[in-house]
Amino acid sequence: MWEYTEKVKEHFLNPRNVGVIDDADGVGEVGSLACGDALTLYLKIDENERIQDAKFQTFGCASAIASSSALTEMIKGRTLEEAAKVTNDDIAQFLGGLPKEKMHCSVMGREALEKAIADYRGEAEKKVEGNIVCECFGVTDLQIERAVKENHLRTIEEVTDYTKAGGGCESCHDRIQEIIDHVLGMVHEPPKKARKLTNIQKIKLIEETLDREVKPSLKQDGGDIELVDVDGNTVLVKLRGTCATCSISQVTLKDYVEKKLRELVVPELVVEEV
Amino acid sequence: MERIYLDNNATTQVAPEVLEEMLPYLQDLYANPSSMYSFAGEVSQKLKEARRRVAALLGAQAEEIVFTSCGSESDSTAIWAAVHSQPEKRHIVTTRVEHPAVKNLCEHLSHRGWRVTFVPVDAKGRLDTDLLYRSLTPDTAIVSVMWANNETGVVFPIADIAREVRARGIVFHTDAVQAVGKVPIDLQSLEVDFLSLSGHKLHAPKGVGVLYIRKGTKFSPFLIGGHQERGRRGGTENVASIIALGKACELAGSHMHDENSRVRKLRDRLEAGLLASIPASAVNGDPEHRLPNTTNIGFESVEGEAILLLMDRHRICASSGSACTSGSLEPSHVLRAMGVPFTSAHGSVRFSLSIYNTDAEIDYVIEKLPPIIERLRSLSPFWKKQAAAHAAG
Repeated sequence: MWEYTEKVKEHFLNPRNVGVIDDADGVGEVGSLACGDALTLYLKIDENERIQDAKFQTFGCASAIASSSALTEMIKGRTLEEAAKVTNDDIAQFLGGLPKEKMHCSVMGREALEKAIADYRGEAEKKVEGNIVCECFGVTDLQIERAVKENHLRTIEEVTDYTKAGGGCESCHDRIQEIIDHVLGMVHEPPKKARKLTNIQKIKLIEETLDREVKPSLKQDGGDIELVDVDGNTVLVKLRGTCATCSISQVTLKDYVEKKLRELVVPELVVEEV
Repeated sequence: MERIYLDNNATTQVAPEVLEEMLPYLQDLYANPSSMYSFAGEVSQKLKEARRRVAALLGAQAEEIVFTSCGSESDSTAIWAAVHSQPEKRHIVTTRVEHPAVKNLCEHLSHRGWRVTFVPVDAKGRLDTDLLYRSLTPDTAIVSVMWANNETGVVFPIADIAREVRARGIVFHTDAVQAVGKVPIDLQSLEVDFLSLSGHKLHAPKGVGVLYIRKGTKFSPFLIGGHQERGRRGGTENVASIIALGKACELAGSHMHDENSRVRKLRDRLEAGLLASIPASAVNGDPEHRLPNTTNIGFESVEGEAILLLMDRHRICASSGSACTSGSLEPSHVLRAMGVPFTSAHGSVRFSLSIYNTDAEIDYVIEKLPPIIERLRSLSPFWKKQAAAHAAG
């Protein structure tokens, strides 16, 4: 059982400011059903840029609901400038602390607030900032970098607690470690120089890489991949099993399969489904 | 009501008869059963009785019973034994829905050079047995398939699988931790080489388990030490708990009918009551082939941990396959293997009953749970959309 503070329990059982503001001036949505938690934050802002009212709707566990409730209490009556300074740690502190595995709930609150303020200011829906590192939970390198910096994180486990990154298939752990090392100022070796391969060598290496690196992890989820042909630098494949019907198979193909092949064979490769 | 305990697949209450049976061996009868005086003889006689009682429940012979510390130890012992006694074979077959005791060990072995096939299940949690049979090769050292799933209660056709596997000369192990005491088992008529069970799932205390080893099955011990358990498991016997487990097995035999009639009815009534009063809820699993005591229900658009904490306010104990309760960030591997949509996997709750549950308790849960789900849905940004989709669909 999680050890929640009395304040977390109290905000979970009696959440403040639940609901929707129909004529909200700023709305921030984060999370998704797939991730297991999601928060929509509504702000009513007066002419002096002061938050008159804040309401939320949250799908998630006790600490997600409590963090949302706490956030609305913390920002009501504050100016946007003041509110924008609220960090995830402030939210956790307000609740008397959160179990470390649940810190991502407070990060979700801070992200929703940022989005709602951006929405109010008419800043175009920010594109996903940075490059996705954790595909399971859609977390980018910039998000991870920020969490590492702001919360002085030192290990992959801590990064997972704060951002969820690395909490699924774990295939991004090396990349997360690189980000941590980078933030901590450690130097990394530059990527190895591309080798010059003959066509035969290239096809063989592609085949080996698919067998060794790609298939086992697809198979864990009931999927599979088949190499159909290699045309220059275009790798033609067929997705099988659950991958064939998966709604995010294109993401798998580009962000995972293609990335692996580029990393381990030659960087010019393009993967296409036939 | 002091507590409504519907989490018997996690652990069970020690039966009063079981406690009574074991207590003397924690008090006056403390001799080491291996010693030579009659004080010890009294204890070792009682251990023999326990072994006979366990064997009787399983349709096995007493010397085929090895006492261990828990179900996980039994699982590890069986799989390591098969792997070590056939070092030339480098392939293992199991399923995608095993308990972590088997799943994580197989994953561990797969990182150490063994090839492991994880056989998938369908949307109802039924095993793809054809695929299982097709995956068997002369290189396969062992097949390990659970008898009944701890999360959904789905029961696999162990008799058929064991026969097919053994016909190919391959060792067969079943983790029957959830099945023993709930469904009749007769090992004499089955081609099972290894079977694991755990005491605390059938009203004995925690800290004792059994590995059944069919006579003639190649074996090498996991815990090497003294001559106990005929050299198959070293270490001084956990005397009181073993005696407790013997008694619990005897009781389980006499409660088997109750479990499959009265408990099944209670479970069915709970399930029907909740499905009828809570919209957008559905059973996860195969109602046709299921333990009599288990139901796993997915409630859309709500999160399991929040449900459990609100139920706890009413002193109702159950568990969930949601990410937040699994200690990881993803919902249970069993529900994911079944392809249960995320919308309901996160909001899945498992109720597992025992012979100690009553009609009044079931009524209480049917009364208390619907407002809890409604309350959480009213907080959820997804519910309006989901509800509209449901009304339309």
